[in-house]
Amino acid sequence: MAYKLNVNGKVHQADVDPDTPLLWTLRDTLGILGPKYGCGIAQCGACTVHVDGQPIRSCVTPVSAVTGRITTIEGVGASAVGKKVQAAWTELDVAQCGYCQPGQIMSATALLTSNPKPTDADIDAAMSGNICRCATYTRIRAAIKRASGQKEA
Amino acid sequence: MTRELTGASRREFLTAASASGLVISFAVASKAEAQAGGLSRINAYVQVAPDGWVTITNKNPEIGQGIKTMLPMLIAEELDIPWEKVRIDQADSDPAVYGRQFAGGSMATPLHWEDHRRVGAVARAMLIQAAAQAWNCPAGECTTTAGVVLHKASNRKATYASLATQCAGITPPDPKTLPLKDPRDYKIIGQAKVQYDTPKIVTGQPLFGIDVVRPGMLFAAYEKAPVFGARVASADLAAAQKVKGVRKAFVVEGDPKAVQPQPGQIGGGLLPGVAVVADTWWAAKKGRDQLRTSWQEHPTSAQSSAAFAAKARELSTAKPQRTPRNDGDVDAALKSAAKTVEAAYAYPFISHATLEPQNCTAEWKDGKLEIWAPTQNPEPGRQLCAKTLGIKPEDITIHMTRCGGGFGRRLANDYMVEAAWIAREAGAPVKLLWTREDDMRHDIYRPGGFHYFRGGLDAAGNLVAFHDHFVSFGEGTGFAPSAGMGPTEYPARFVPNFRIDVSTMPLGVPTGPLRAPGSNALAFVFQSFIDEMAHAAGADPLAFQLKLLGDKPTVGEAPALYGAGRMAGVLKAVGEMSGWANRSKLPKGEGMGVACYYSHLGYFAEVCHVAVAADGAVKVKKVWVAADVGRQIINPHGAMNQVQGSVLDGLSEALHQKITIENGAAVEGNFDSYPLMRINEAPPVEVKWVITDNNPTGLGEPALPPAIPALTNAIFAATGKRIRSLPIDPAMLKT
Repeated sequence: MAYKLNVNGKVHQADVDPDTPLLWTLRDTLGILGPKYGCGIAQCGACTVHVDGQPIRSCVTPVSAVTGRITTIEGVGASAVGKKVQAAWTELDVAQCGYCQPGQIMSATALLTSNPKPTDADIDAAMSGNICRCATYTRIRAAIKRASGQKEA
Repeated sequence: MTRELTGASRREFLTAASASGLVISFAVASKAEAQAGGLSRINAYVQVAPDGWVTITNKNPEIGQGIKTMLPMLIAEELDIPWEKVRIDQADSDPAVYGRQFAGGSMATPLHWEDHRRVGAVARAMLIQAAAQAWNCPAGECTTTAGVVLHKASNRKATYASLATQCAGITPPDPKTLPLKDPRDYKIIGQAKVQYDTPKIVTGQPLFGIDVVRPGMLFAAYEKAPVFGARVASADLAAAQKVKGVRKAFVVEGDPKAVQPQPGQIGGGLLPGVAVVADTWWAAKKGRDQLRTSWQEHPTSAQSSAAFAAKARELSTAKPQRTPRNDGDVDAALKSAAKTVEAAYAYPFISHATLEPQNCTAEWKDGKLEIWAPTQNPEPGRQLCAKTLGIKPEDITIHMTRCGGGFGRRLANDYMVEAAWIAREAGAPVKLLWTREDDMRHDIYRPGGFHYFRGGLDAAGNLVAFHDHFVSFGEGTGFAPSAGMGPTEYPARFVPNFRIDVSTMPLGVPTGPLRAPGSNALAFVFQSFIDEMAHAAGADPLAFQLKLLGDKPTVGEAPALYGAGRMAGVLKAVGEMSGWANRSKLPKGEGMGVACYYSHLGYFAEVCHVAVAADGAVKVKKVWVAADVGRQIINPHGAMNQVQGSVLDGLSEALHQKITIENGAAVEGNFDSYPLMRINEAPPVEVKWVITDNNPTGLGEPALPPAIPALTNAIFAATGKRIRSLPIDPAMLKT
């Protein structure tokens, strides 16, 4: 089946089976490698992308179920919030290995878009779906606070 | 990736023994070669561009420990170049040029603190020499500042960029003869530097093994037996090949014995299995799902965690198989002790669970093999591939990609040899990717273990007798990989009557190093039992620890030297920063625990503050860390991240992690059954660097081990219940 996908403002054509997860369509068919494979069962959040601004786990979302505009880590900097989040992630040097961070940044951007001044509890709720195996959680929290203009500790 | 050095230039590499005993290489390339690519190569690590940018090569694998930034900082400091003008290049695996290239043992700092600064100093001396020759003045009259050579007497200056082309004809000086900077003059070392790859990480650019793309590349899935090493009995290859996009499905004979490492290797080799190669990874996986593979009977298929535990109990009361340490007379001392304590401790198998599952890309061309691998240890991978595939090691090129976590898992190269084999069979470049379930069920696990302790106190509350019957895994007189314990495990040498007995059980499960191998389990059991003895003595656990350490600054000699004075220093520091003395004021259900541990040349003491709810739920409120890794923190940004991450990693192990063995196989396969700590559980971690006049040492591991007993000791303080088995079971903490 041929699917038209709007990814980061550009329309792509992907000829894949309907049950192919969006993650593998992005990675192997379209060559958009930012979203990462970590678990395949929506447990780790490394594959997080936005569809119409909402964070989804692309590893369990069949390409046939996607109708909206897709944003990946490669395109999230086009929004003011995404850009701020990326800047905070850089200034605080959140990453260790960095593998989960595209998913973390996508979740954090979605959080700050809907809730510009999240509390610690809001951060816990929005970010608990994203595992960081290196456990950079202290800095993830600080970077979200910084990007939202709040005190970091 | 590093520009390929030609055979000619490689022959011209000089090697020099560094102060640390490692070999470092200095290129003396011919002029033409030194100029290749528009860059002037001064030595194997340093290239200067005409626009003044300096490219520094990082020799070791980057696994998230920040090495790609930290090692070049050492070179840049002595080269005297502004950090803002540095680009960093990742070396390929090339031991002739770079010596051993690996990420393990928190060894990069102790191994390269000296030699990497000397690499920079050598390049700087050659640039000075080039200027002195041009100006016809003594090199000793020249100085440098920020990438410029100066001759103050004649008021002349020249940029490194303008001088670099002249370095090709200059013989490098003996690195040992060069003076190094006074630390007071450091401009880069000691400054917080953002990881070089961070801008690429936050924008999702391809960096990792899983991101490698080659022209004409196919994708592979590889199915192995749940019971480690079992052979394929049957597989429906035709059904797999019917799946759209599947190119080829085939059985790989492999070697059932490759579960265990060969000499010089960590982890196993090419195990039997079934490979499916397809146009996309999803197609390969769908093809694999059609295989309905059955497996041959295997001798270890009856092994289980439950049976290991039962057998360990049985062995604990039997005569031990060996006694690696026996100081004084433990039995007599226990008999005459004023108070004795007995306790049985256990910890499970656990998995590395690197977030990037094991993967590798391999390509064959004209009988030669090219590999792109997220590996912590490329050279043994080269040897493994050469031996398994029957080719020459020199016909294999290994590019090291950034690794999405390592934790010791990628010291093994099983995924590398699988990719190489499958690519040769497929006749195309192949990216092999394991599923999460493959990864979790085919790990080299941190081995479980069992400790049966007895301790005795004299009337004054001194620890006078200590006995451990350690029941572990292994055969004959050897331990299974990473299942051992040395005869100097603390508090050996600090207790007059001290005995370690050992008994082992055979094991069919592959094991290997996991972050702070050995220590990640031993710290829990020893530091918990010491805490038990402190409470039995009615003592403040921190004061009891200080008393046990005694007054001598060091005990024993390298490599078994224990810096008791350094440990006392961090214990005192963590007591102060955590408000340990005021812990009695904590509300009911809360408590603080302390633990200390020496590993990987670092001295760490940690205090954990925990709250335990009526339903047994454990909430870690804060962890304080006092760390002594010598006189210099090289990159405070990275160093802090390593310590905070290590502590949370340890807490995650203690709270959640367990691999259960049933029917010879690992049960847990993904993060639903093998949870890792998430942000809502992560406490703040406050770190203090205790600076001592010792050479700097590494931070990838040593903060982890004491975090676990600090937590379990805090739970005891909060509840009066002693955690003697991991992971922590909240049901036993219910009130």
